[in-house]
Amino acid sequence: MTDTVQYTSKVIPLLQNNIDTDQIIPARFLKATGKDNMADGLFFDWRYLSDDQPNPNFVLNQAQHKDSKILLAGDNFGCGSSREHAPWALVGWGIRVVISTSFADIFCNNALKNGLIPIVVEPDMHQKIVEMIEEVPDGELHVDLDTQRVFLPDGSFFEFPIDPFAKTCLINGVDQMGYIQSFEDKISAFETQRGITIIN
Amino acid sequence: MTTQQTLFDKIWNSHVVAAEPDAPAVLYIDLHLVHEVTSPQAFAGLRERGLLVRRPDLSLATMDHSTPTVYQSDLSVFDPQAYAQLKQLADNCQEYGIRLYELGSERNGIVHVIAPELGAVQPGMTVVCGDSHTSTHGAFGALAFGIGTSEVEHVLGTQCLLQYKPKTYEVRIEGLLPVGVTAKDIILALLTKIGIGGGTGHVFEYTGSTIRGLSMEERMTICNMSIEAGARAGMIAPDATTLEYLEGREFSPKGEAWEAAVENWKALHSDPDAEYDSSVTLDVGELEPMVTYGTNPGMGMKISGRVPDPDQISNIDQRQAAAKALTYMGLKPGASLLEQHVDVVFIGSCTNGRISDLRKAASVLDGRKVAEGVRMLVVPGSQQIKRQAEAEGLDAKFKAAGAEWREPGCSMCIAMNGDQLEPGQCAVSTSNRNFEGRQGKGGRTFLASPLTAAASAVKGKITDVRTLI
Repeated sequence: MTDTVQYTSKVIPLLQNNIDTDQIIPARFLKATGKDNMADGLFFDWRYLSDDQPNPNFVLNQAQHKDSKILLAGDNFGCGSSREHAPWALVGWGIRVVISTSFADIFCNNALKNGLIPIVVEPDMHQKIVEMIEEVPDGELHVDLDTQRVFLPDGSFFEFPIDPFAKTCLINGVDQMGYIQSFEDKISAFETQRGITIIN
Repeated sequence: MTTQQTLFDKIWNSHVVAAEPDAPAVLYIDLHLVHEVTSPQAFAGLRERGLLVRRPDLSLATMDHSTPTVYQSDLSVFDPQAYAQLKQLADNCQEYGIRLYELGSERNGIVHVIAPELGAVQPGMTVVCGDSHTSTHGAFGALAFGIGTSEVEHVLGTQCLLQYKPKTYEVRIEGLLPVGVTAKDIILALLTKIGIGGGTGHVFEYTGSTIRGLSMEERMTICNMSIEAGARAGMIAPDATTLEYLEGREFSPKGEAWEAAVENWKALHSDPDAEYDSSVTLDVGELEPMVTYGTNPGMGMKISGRVPDPDQISNIDQRQAAAKALTYMGLKPGASLLEQHVDVVFIGSCTNGRISDLRKAASVLDGRKVAEGVRMLVVPGSQQIKRQAEAEGLDAKFKAAGAEWREPGCSMCIAMNGDQLEPGQCAVSTSNRNFEGRQGKGGRTFLASPLTAAASAVKGKITDVRTLI
């Protein structure tokens, strides 16, 4: 695991509000029992036309974004289903950062467990990034998780909030299962005190 | 001085195993519900770590999402991918000792339907499942929420989750429901009012006289769609209605244990002066049947209303969203939905696939026919419900009207199993999501109550059920 998390990339604008997880990966791709190839289903119904040919108008299909890592989305990104397949598909495609004015709770939890950084920005900063992309489509953002800063091409930067625990996990590679297991004594004591059994 | 606590606070506080500074709480989970779609990768992770399932006795599994709703003698031929996924769940449950209600078994059904009907969900519990509609179980005064697959793995391995404490939000529902207006219409009206991000970061507690008057099945319909407002969970304090529902069910406590449980559950209500972080009140006295016109559950309207005209919306984001939704749905700005033609009607799902929902739909269809050219699917939420409906003769009414009477499952709510819309088809659906392509690529979903759905099936167009009562 790395001890620093930084990304420099062009920004893919997907500026609709309320992009739900059914759009990020339609349910028919959820029959897989592994995590591989999840990116094949990413935004499938937007990425492909009805004859399964790539939709040339969809931003992810544009050549300049082949290697882009940062997605700029509208408000309430990732609403709907709890499917962790959504961050698996995004990360599988190469997205490492999603910037929005807000994220749905479950999506945010799932993203952070898969090395996908959800960055919440104020509406005016969101607008500033939109304008930057319009003026300089090839302009790159630099995201530094350690300092919680995003640098714009003009050298200015803004700071973003992130759950400190998730940040530590991402930077230091803390295993969350292991972390919970470190409370084994307390978990056992809790169980003894409650003594609950439901399904025999 | 006593601290005034909300129902949520009480359940949260009693389940915190550990709370370190700058870290989420370690929260104990009383009931873990498992299904085939969001669990295989979690079991694989568990196996890689060499861990066992810590508490199989607090876990319960079913097959529902990718299961066919027409009997298949050989699923491995009908749908090899679904077959593989179901087989993996069966193997995992056998290996780790988790009780599983397999496809076709007499307790099988949609996870959020069977757990309550078996009495596995009880007041005061923490309940999770790798499924966003886990919010359903809050109807019992439980803290119930959906989780991702990594978290499913955490619960399997430790029976705990890492969680930050959400905020609280009182949703007060007052007023006497008019005839033909149901719990589904209440929740659609709430979503229309506060929007699909309106509850993000919060746990709803539904209060008020209207909620007190609802049955458990109606309460489940409301809590089920809390997630459609982005809420982490939705809950309702237990009362006599809750106890009456639970008493005698398979996993409900019995005898002295029942008496003790009832005594404990008496404390499960918000204290009189408890404060919520947010609140909203909805008066349902003048409510009409609701129907959605757009591509998220917050895009709803009274059935007598008009589709919004994007040009009249001042907020640019909302204007663009409305215009895009109307284009997808094939609707004209300002149109009434009452003449909107319907190709498919779907009755079912964890929102509206329970016996009272089927009774309501059957009451509208009784002695009537599904309109020519309309396909109507009725999918009971569980095998128990299917048997109950058949004992009451509801299946005969559906079949006589020309509807398809199916096997239980999620079916056309999520369209993973072959039950789906064709591109451009319009469906009135009792399910919970009208997102683009949710019921099949290019399909157009109008969310409504079972009464409205059945009335629309009869007329072949979106119909105000009150004209048929």
